[in-house]
Amino acid sequence: MTDQSLAAEPGKARLSPRKKQRISRAIQYVVLVAVLVGVVLYADWPSLAQNFAKPDVAEKALPELFTIALKNTLIYTTGGFVFAFLLGLLLALMRLSTVRPYRWISGLYIEIFRGLPALLIFLLITFLPLALPGFAVPGGTYGQGILGLGLVGAAYQAEVFRAGLQAVPKGQTEAARSLGMSAARAQITVVIPQAIRIVIPPTTNQFVALLKDSSLVLFLGISGEYVELAKFGNDLASQYANATPIMVAGVTYLLVTVPLGHLAARLEKRKVRAR
Amino acid sequence: MTPAIEIKDLHKHFGKNEVLRGIDCTVEAGQVVCVIGPSGSGKSTLLRCVNLLEQPTRGKVLVEGIEVTDPDVDIDAVRRRIGMVFQQFNLFPHMTALQNVMVAQRRVLKRGRAEAEKVARENLERVGVGDKANSFPAQLSGGQQQRVAIARALAMNPDLMLFDEPTSALDPELVGDVLAVMRKLAEEGMTMLVVTHEMGFAREVADRVVFMDGGVVVEDGPPAQVIGEPRHERTRAFLRRVLHPEG
Repeated sequence: MTDQSLAAEPGKARLSPRKKQRISRAIQYVVLVAVLVGVVLYADWPSLAQNFAKPDVAEKALPELFTIALKNTLIYTTGGFVFAFLLGLLLALMRLSTVRPYRWISGLYIEIFRGLPALLIFLLITFLPLALPGFAVPGGTYGQGILGLGLVGAAYQAEVFRAGLQAVPKGQTEAARSLGMSAARAQITVVIPQAIRIVIPPTTNQFVALLKDSSLVLFLGISGEYVELAKFGNDLASQYANATPIMVAGVTYLLVTVPLGHLAARLEKRKVRAR
Repeated sequence: MTPAIEIKDLHKHFGKNEVLRGIDCTVEAGQVVCVIGPSGSGKSTLLRCVNLLEQPTRGKVLVEGIEVTDPDVDIDAVRRRIGMVFQQFNLFPHMTALQNVMVAQRRVLKRGRAEAEKVARENLERVGVGDKANSFPAQLSGGQQQRVAIARALAMNPDLMLFDEPTSALDPELVGDVLAVMRKLAEEGMTMLVVTHEMGFAREVADRVVFMDGGVVVEDGPPAQVIGEPRHERTRAFLRRVLHPEG
């Protein structure tokens, strides 16, 4: 009886779910191919190539694309990352502290800097000398960029560290304390090294995020030897009234971000296997 | 002579949950005392109050005459003299067996590298895992991990050892190796307070067996009495369940 109800009933041309699925998939392929063909046929390829991929304009980007722009992007990012890493660790330890005011301060910091657009932080940094006459961020333009990226990155990195520290089993601290280690010694010797291993994959992603945010130093009013990829591409694009340099800068970002993204994914996988 | 451990009217509450409700218990130096009882009876909490991993709600704990519950006492200094072995081993996973046994010697006792390594190797040898010095915990069986954990505690030259269900997380065929190490320690005269479900071990090795239920000590005496001829019905009922689980 059940066999009969499952089989297609003769007379009624009902489609089985599997057949329906096959037809729906075929329709999607047809539509997709039609769209692609349409784009290929109707796009103005010569004009596109002329404006976005002009070889002689791309050539103008060299060698400064690497010797100045990429180098500066990496300086801003790495500097900001180190800043964010250290401040983030401190904030995470404060967030998990038994001292209540530490938790409040850290919580407030994280809320503010995660809740504001990074751009706003950079704009504020440019006004710092106005607010504090005689004050200059150490390191000049580099210092300003690193400060902005570090302040924002620290809020995110703090949350990454907090999760990592909390992922270390409580028994680890108990074992360390049982051996006579002080609370601080147990953190430094036993908990933090394990937490850092745990947070390597998400921290790699944080680095990629900072790398992209480093384009915001453009708003610090940088020029000359301080330009990074986005500003560099933008300046050249204005100069030649052609978008090719921006495309070139984009490809250069991808050269760094895509491998790092894959690295993070691989580290994540390895961590899961190690469990 | 000062007892190794003296517990006086110990209470521990977790919120409204009264886990310990007035425990009195003494362990003399050189004695092996096994604590048995159903799960949730407060055995582990009692043990963890001795080295202050749990803060007692009320009552006193004295270790070698020093009141650990006194806020003025340097608890880290007291803990150095108390070895602790956990059910889940709690080895440091980012260190090799050798490093696990060395780290507290170096950081807490400030021993030099050479001396710490020598002591570590001796103790790994002593518990029968001398050939695993360079293995990470994840590469070791549960029994090997627990023996490394015992070596880690022994390397601090403790005056007494606390064992919190040391074989409960082990595969049955690995239990014997760990119990053999503990038996050897007992024979060498180590003072031991052991929370365990291993009745055979308690019967043969313990000087005294303490049966706990519902946060109080129900029965306390030599194993032949507490396990052999229990006086209380609760003890008898527990032993029946443990010794003849098939009914």
